[in-house]
This record gives sequence, structure tokens and C-alpha cells, in this order.
Amino acid sequence: MLNIALPKGRLGETVYAMFERAGFACPAIHDNNRKLVFENPELGVRYFWVKPSDVAIYVERGAADIGVAGKDILLEYAPEVYELLDLGVGRCRMAVAAKAGFCDDPRRTLRVATKFANIAADYYRALGRDIDIIHLNGSIELAPILDLSDVIVDIVETGTTLRENNLTVLDTVVPISARLIANKAACKFKAGRINTLVEQVAAQTEE
Amino acid sequence: MDQLPLGLQERVSFTLRALYSRYGYTQYKMNKFEEYDLYARNKDFLVSDSVITFTDTNGKLMALKPDVTLSIVKNSRDLPQSVQKLYYHENVYRASRGTRSFQEIMQIGLECLGEIDDYCVCEVLTLAAESLLAISPHCVLELSHLGLLSQAIDRVGVPAREKAALLKCVGEKNAHELTALCRRCGVDESGIAVLRSLVEISGQPQQVLPRLKQLLAGVADISPLEQLSRVTGAMAPNLQALLRFDFSVVGDVNYYNGIVFKGFIHTLPGSVLSGGQYDNLMEKLGRRSGAVGFAVYTDLLERLEPAAGAYDVDAVLLYDAGADLTVLRTCVEEMTGRGMHVLAQRQVPENIRFRQLLRLCGSEVIPVEHNA
Repeated sequence: MLNIALPKGRLGETVYAMFERAGFACPAIHDNNRKLVFENPELGVRYFWVKPSDVAIYVERGAADIGVAGKDILLEYAPEVYELLDLGVGRCRMAVAAKAGFCDDPRRTLRVATKFANIAADYYRALGRDIDIIHLNGSIELAPILDLSDVIVDIVETGTTLRENNLTVLDTVVPISARLIANKAACKFKAGRINTLVEQVAAQTEE
Repeated sequence: MDQLPLGLQERVSFTLRALYSRYGYTQYKMNKFEEYDLYARNKDFLVSDSVITFTDTNGKLMALKPDVTLSIVKNSRDLPQSVQKLYYHENVYRASRGTRSFQEIMQIGLECLGEIDDYCVCEVLTLAAESLLAISPHCVLELSHLGLLSQAIDRVGVPAREKAALLKCVGEKNAHELTALCRRCGVDESGIAVLRSLVEISGQPQQVLPRLKQLLAGVADISPLEQLSRVTGAMAPNLQALLRFDFSVVGDVNYYNGIVFKGFIHTLPGSVLSGGQYDNLMEKLGRRSGAVGFAVYTDLLERLEPAAGAYDVDAVLLYDAGADLTVLRTCVEEMTGRGMHVLAQRQVPENIRFRQLLRLCGSEVIPVEHNA
């Protein structure tokens, strides 16, 4: 049985549709119930929905053989997994944003509000900029508006929220998309099945 | 209830020490503490760069050892035309990634230091494979050659500043980002195709190595592949069957230069064994000779232990304050003599699972409760 962790939400549904088209369908997943695990014994696949930020943990710890996680999560938590495929969906970018007209004063420590402390720290370390990270769990855009921070490092999809709050993107840290990841040990003992799945799902991304 | 079996960790530990000893490896006992400076200078060699430190009575900053290899190398001497073979069984102290707190980890391993020849490498790989078999028959020993990979990366024109990022891509089997990185660095498409093939090729050495020789001819010096063929081909057939060649086994090129390997056990999520040839570390620490070795992380094996039995003890024997001591002792001895596990108590302890509850009344043992 191949255990597959999918992120709950719209991205997970898009990805499941790719897996289904690739020949790894599990019709039970469409049932309207509160089940967390869905199996198709004939195809030997078992899917489960997990919080998007937890997918990498399930895969790293071997509860799932493969999973789909955003590049933001992989960069932030650096799990010990293989990153086998860029699925090309869930595209967005990790960006630095600030209030329109913001001008960085290099004499002062830059206050950075973010959910992604490691990504932000790596980015500013490469620039040699001294920063103070303010770790927030949501509504990051509020931080510069209330002068809690000078800038934010966050995921930007369309930029609408930023525009509506008079914020502007200063720089793109890294482009983000959904990645197919695999547990390292599972790739030794279920190599054939995982390779077949990767090839067939890759064909879906190229279409 | 049968005799309490040895736990898997204990059994593996005894088996491995006996195994290494049979091959002439002698036990290396290290001090609990080492000067912090040794680890500070070689942080990248450590699995985790967090180290427990304290100031010794002479003012020196000391560390609880986070690693054994560095200490062995530091205390080794260059012995021309000779090889020192050592094994160790030591606790190391490392920060856990999950809890961000320190853990004591039992580590067993061996090091071969000196004039490393093909036999040394073959023997170390053999012992690594045997170590995995001592844990479970469902195991894989995956190996790669870091010197060869490093050379291929250099030859296709990846700049030195991007080498670590590229090795990371290889370690993650991340062909899409490897391609993007190479294109940003101006590597031509034929060079990218070679590196992508290195990420994708995986399999038993005897099948994979001839393909790699063809692929890398003209790109890198392929003598390491010939060495790998000789070394793996000389291993016993049952051990050869456990080998997989895969470039995703990577390490820090500042320390490792030759063969590198990792061992996996079915149902365990990560590698339980890790090793390689680290002549570059020897050179960094001022040694002229080479070295190859590996460590087995026995703390990971508790996941393989069977679940605890249904009962903690066969019988709880209750006695009163006025019970005759000699009678009580005789009753307990009689039951333990029959191989039972008996807990004598005045009251039934909380959370204990017992098969029978007995009570000593005068000189008689009366059954009170029996759990089927």
C-alpha cells in the first residue's frame, strides 16, 4: 500500500485530480463524510488529508510514503525528504513587502514580521542585513500598517490584499509551487511503485 | 511469562561489538568531555551544530561529546604503511530537531585510519552491511562516491559558490531545481543532462556502474567507478544483494572525498547507519593518512521493538503487615522458581497489568482474581 498525504483545501483537490488522471484514483475520496483516510485496495493507494504545513512531517517521519507540500514549507522546515517533482500548481511567490513609499534605513535594525522565520533569516543573511524577526501566525499584512514591523516576508498570490492595504512588494525571495515529496526510506523499499507514480504524475504536469 | 528477552538495542549492541572484534577492531574508549574548540572548528562535520558546553576548572571551554569520529581522528597518529582499526560504543549528546532539546544517543561504529586500500573499503562496507543484517534482513545499504560527484559538478562548469546548493539538489533528487540552478549558472544543456542522469540513476552497483562509466567518460576521471566495481564485486553475494548505488547519498565535500553510504531498515523512516571515506577531514586535522568508517544510530531501533506484552507481571501477591516473613519469602521464591514474574505488595499498585492476583493468608496462597 502506498500512503499519500495531501494538503487539505483547494490545492489538495487540484493535486488529487492530477493523481486521479495519472491512474491513482480513489473514488471513496469523493464521498461526503468525515473520514480522514481513503483507500483503494485494488490500486494499492491510501490517501489522507492533512494540514498543508504538516504534510512534510508525515512524509519525513514515514507515516506517508509520498506527499504534496508547498516549497515555502520545504524551505522553512527543511525536512529530510526527496523532492521529486515540481507539480507546477499552487504557484505564488515568497516576497518582501512594506508600506508604499517605505525606504530602508541601514542604520537601524530592520523589523521583519513573518510566519517564515527561517526563510526570512536566510534571505537577509545573504544580504548582510541586521534584522529583528517578529514571528506572527496570521494577518501578517497588519504588522507594517500598525508599525509593528518595517517589512513583512509572506506569500503573495495575486497581490490584491497588499494593494488594498497600501502595501507594495519590494522583492521576490523565491517562487513557490507545490512539490511532490517522498520519504527517503520508502524510496528504497517501494522504489518501483513510487517511480511509476512519479512518472505518471509528471506526465500530467507536462500536459 | 518467559525469561525477559534482551531488547533489540541491547542485542544489536552485543552482536555488533562481537562482529567488529572478530575483524580485529579494538574498542576505543573516549573521555566524556572534549575541548569545545575541536567541534567549533569542524561544525559542518557534525550532524547538529548545537553542543553542550561548560567551563572546566582550568577555565577551558569543554563540551559533552556530540560526535566520536572527530575525537578519534584528533587522538590518532599517522602510522606509515599501517591501518588502525577501532570500534566504539559511546553516548553522544545532540540537539533533537523536533524538540530543540538535547538528547543522549547511543552510537556504535568503527573507524579505519591509515593507508586505506581497496581491502579496507571492502571490509568497512562488508561490516556496514552485516551491521544492518544484525538489525533486520529487510535492509538496504545505499552508496555513492562523493569525490566523483564533486568532480563531475566541477567539470560541467558549476561555479564553486553554487556547489553546496547543487549538492543539496542531488541529495534531494531534485532534478527540477538542479536544472534551474545550472541554467542560472550558464551550464550548457549537455552538462545539465549529465547531472540530471546522475540524480536519476539508481540501482544495484553491478547494473548501474557500467552505465555510469559510459555517461561520465570524458566528463570525469572514472577510476573511482572502477574501484567501486572491484570493492563491491569482492563482497559476499548475499551482501552485494543489499547494495544500491545512488548519488543522493551526499555529505560535505570539505570532509568526505570518496565512497559515502547510508543504511536503511524497512519500516524505519530514516537512515540508521551513515559513513564514508573522510580523508579531507584527516587532512584538515593535520593527518597525512586517510580514513573510512561508519556509525550505527541504535536509538532509532526502539521503533522496531515489539509492543509490550499483555501483562507486566504474572502475579501480584498481596500480604498483610503481620505476614510471616519466612512464609512470604518462600512463597515468592517458589513462584519465581517456576519461572513466574511475581510482585509482592501490601496493596495492588496503580496501572499494573497482572495475570493473577493472589493473597497470602497465614501460610496459604489464595487466588483473588484471574485475568484470562
